[in-house]
Amino acid sequence: MGSTAAKAVLLKDKKILGWAMIPTGWSPQKAGEEVLQRAVDAAGITAADIHRVVGTGYGRVALDFLDKAVTEISCHAMGANYYFPENKMVIDIGGQDSKVILVNKQGKVINFLMNDKCAAGTGRFLQVTVNGLGLELDQLDRLPPAEPVNINSMCTVFAESEVISLLAAGTAKESIVAGLLKSIAKRVSTMAGSIQENVNVTFTGGVAQNRLLREMLARELGVEVMVPPVPQIIGALGAAIIARNIG
Amino acid sequence: MADYRKMWQDLGMDLEKHDEFLAAVPDIYGELFVSQQKRPAGMEYFDFVMSEVHGLRVKELLDKKAEGKKVVSSFCVFVPEEFVLAAGGACIGLCAGAQYSVPIGEKVLPRSLCPLIKSSLGFKLGGLCPYFEVSDFVVGETTCDGKKKAWEILAQYHPTYVMELPQKKGEADKELWLKEVYKFKEKVEAETGVTITPESLSEAIKLANRRRKVLQRLYDTRKHDPVPISGKDAMLITQLSFFDDPERFIEKTSALCDELEDRVAKGEGAAPKGAPRILITGTPMPLPSWKMHHIIESSGAVVVCEESCTGTRSFETLVDETKTGLNEQVEAISRRALNINCACYTPNTGRIDDILRQVKEYKADGVVYYSLQFCQSYSVEYHLVEKALQEAGIPVMRIESDYSDEDAGQLQTRIEAFLEMIK
Repeated sequence: MGSTAAKAVLLKDKKILGWAMIPTGWSPQKAGEEVLQRAVDAAGITAADIHRVVGTGYGRVALDFLDKAVTEISCHAMGANYYFPENKMVIDIGGQDSKVILVNKQGKVINFLMNDKCAAGTGRFLQVTVNGLGLELDQLDRLPPAEPVNINSMCTVFAESEVISLLAAGTAKESIVAGLLKSIAKRVSTMAGSIQENVNVTFTGGVAQNRLLREMLARELGVEVMVPPVPQIIGALGAAIIARNIG
Repeated sequence: MADYRKMWQDLGMDLEKHDEFLAAVPDIYGELFVSQQKRPAGMEYFDFVMSEVHGLRVKELLDKKAEGKKVVSSFCVFVPEEFVLAAGGACIGLCAGAQYSVPIGEKVLPRSLCPLIKSSLGFKLGGLCPYFEVSDFVVGETTCDGKKKAWEILAQYHPTYVMELPQKKGEADKELWLKEVYKFKEKVEAETGVTITPESLSEAIKLANRRRKVLQRLYDTRKHDPVPISGKDAMLITQLSFFDDPERFIEKTSALCDELEDRVAKGEGAAPKGAPRILITGTPMPLPSWKMHHIIESSGAVVVCEESCTGTRSFETLVDETKTGLNEQVEAISRRALNINCACYTPNTGRIDDILRQVKEYKADGVVYYSLQFCQSYSVEYHLVEKALQEAGIPVMRIESDYSDEDAGQLQTRIEAFLEMIK
């Protein structure tokens, strides 16, 4: 149950049977029930076939049908391990927070860092600032390549006014977008560098779909950055693995 | 609670705002403290003290003043309260842990400043704290730049006396602090009109030490598994130790310790045996700052020790009681501050030793490094503490926060993830 999207993954042994993703909306409880039903439909099974449910994300406390609630930090570590067990670091940029997690080969958390309080360097930061340019997140990769302009402010509110000033000064949209992405890449790599340097990274969360950001992050960190097929569902996948492991 | 409105009004407080501030306390206190399972019966006294927090104790202090005694208030465990006690006065630590007074403090202070300083000045400016109003003067100290400069502003509103604290622990620093302690003694004598004698000072040293020792006894019970008292309750007692009448506090806390030691013998706990044990280290949590303890303990862990000024730093170091001459006594008092390991000193490796020792003594499974926002000394010191703990194989997590509840959800997630990690 993310702040922006609710996801469900159904797992049998090591196989993903089905998954679903919907906007969280205003009712995490409702979204949780619905997304699970959709995953059940996608897998072609019935709800009665489900042995155990583990919930994660900020909305985990709102769900009353869980066997267990686990934090998204443990779940992302476990989910990333499913695809890239050799990678020692997971970077997750979600809707309202970004986190850097050190993991062992079993997908267990060794250490982690999470941004404090504000939405700086998160999916929400990108969404708000990009919308200010009249763009949607999924359009970013289709913009022509451009030299990133320097964005100094990491505060969502201040960055928005910085973007307005840049537009007023006639800066090209694509340069501003590149600048925003670069500022996120810089911030997240500083966080990463403060716990461990020079280890390969699994990049998860909705923001990881952005090719430009992936490339910038790899350049800032100087390591390989690998992204799972559907990076948004890695937390839910991790929860499913934990549910399977309880038994 | 009796009606203290007249008393508050006479003290020049803002009754309307004060009502608003206090109105929230019973519900919060009920939810955080009274609702706890398996609470020791001896907590009843401290519940009573809290219910009278701005009432009965303030009246006692006013009665004391009517007898011609003085009330001195401070914000720091370095302030040598022994002189105030020897002169027949009362020394109290002031409230500085509420979000409510922060915006009031921000009227005269920058937003990007430690919430403790903003909260404390807000209490004075807002007319919210009877302890401020009842005190004849406030003793400030130069533990950090924020406080050092804030005293200049506070002095515009309340008599303020500042002690200069050394930044190192060498011979010259000892000399500086000894001189400051002498000056403080003279200040107290001048204010009270009482000449401090070796006899009165000896009594005061013993009284302050007894209060420290009973807190040590309380914390010793927390070294057991299951822990006989919750971290929230134990810290509350430390917080109240700064306000309460020392003799009564010692008596009531001793009685509670009897009960806790009995619980230990029977294996009864406030938390289940084997619950993850957390040591909190860092900046103080003055009344009513209970956020971190509440989040940790509602996530299934228990706080077993606070290495902070509202924890072990306030009582682990005693004053040598064997000295008899006045000069030797004053020197013994001055030594205490130099044996406390506060981040205001450089270097401060003694604090790392304290944390490593306490992790063993209190059998902590992990350490939460708590730093108030904008506290440079404690934020910077994290790096070396983290390194030492990692080398010793002790899990540590850093939390930077303030007194507001806006980050409670995020903190909950981080604490739960930390507990999942150390399992």
